[in-house]
Amino acid sequence: MKSINWFHYAAPQNFYGLAGRMWPGFAVLATAFMLAGLWLGFAVAPSDFQQGEGYRIIFVHVPVSWMSMVVYLAMAFWSVLGLTFNTRLSGMMTRALAPTGALFAFLSLWTGALWGKPMWGTWWVWDARLTSELILFFLYLGYIALTSAIDDTRRSDRAGALIAIVGAINVPIIYFSVKWWNTLHQGASVSLTKGSSMAEVMLWGMLLMALAFWFYTVALVLYRVRTLILQRESHATWVHQLDEVKP
Amino acid sequence: MRWESWSQFWAMGGYAVYVWGSVGVTALLMVLEVWQARWAHRAVLNQLKAEQAVAQLPVDEWK
Repeated sequence: MKSINWFHYAAPQNFYGLAGRMWPGFAVLATAFMLAGLWLGFAVAPSDFQQGEGYRIIFVHVPVSWMSMVVYLAMAFWSVLGLTFNTRLSGMMTRALAPTGALFAFLSLWTGALWGKPMWGTWWVWDARLTSELILFFLYLGYIALTSAIDDTRRSDRAGALIAIVGAINVPIIYFSVKWWNTLHQGASVSLTKGSSMAEVMLWGMLLMALAFWFYTVALVLYRVRTLILQRESHATWVHQLDEVKP
Repeated sequence: MRWESWSQFWAMGGYAVYVWGSVGVTALLMVLEVWQARWAHRAVLNQLKAEQAVAQLPVDEWK
């Protein structure tokens, strides 16, 4: 079996083409899973015995919250690769991930507030889960502000990589906060060790939505990294020979 | 299907503001994000096209 030469695709020129072939497929998957997840969550799933129809916020809140953490870990992963192998693509991948991560962190807080108001009687409390998620949002904003403030791309990528790696310590803190401290936020509904405490159709709806947000993120990041590659390689011959930039 | 009417669906058992406020803002921001990414990509392509067009002009037309 022929193995994939990963370093081949670490060259922006090669990754540009690969990403261009891959993102439409992920966009289609995202749409399909989103429609299926919304159908299960909003048309099939029964109402909750405690929260009535209000619990349906879960089909947005949990996936965006998971993704806000996953995207940050992905940024840390690319940053480690970038600092270790000094590949240019790593910095671009990290940067392509950041806006989507920031969006998901914001949506996690937003949908959480809209869920907290009717169920807890308050939009916000300074408990460990909410506060650490707010810090995650600020880390994304810090990453974006720092990298866009430094003009030299190499230095900017390195500075950004440091924030991404150091800030990653916050992700397990968010995840375990409901165990480590007494929080108003409930514990995990789905656990790696204990399985799920939810009704099956609710769980399926949530998992389909989570996959949809995964595919959405992959599609968008692949799309966005192509824009970054073109920006950074705008003086390279291979860019000038692309069909899409022929005048 | 567990809803008896559209109005019942939209009412969300009294939680309409919270449920649709969550779903709506999420959908809106995702649409905006996709739109922004497309816009940025087109802007770069147009910039590159313009540079190519200038580079292909004969030298005396630059004056």
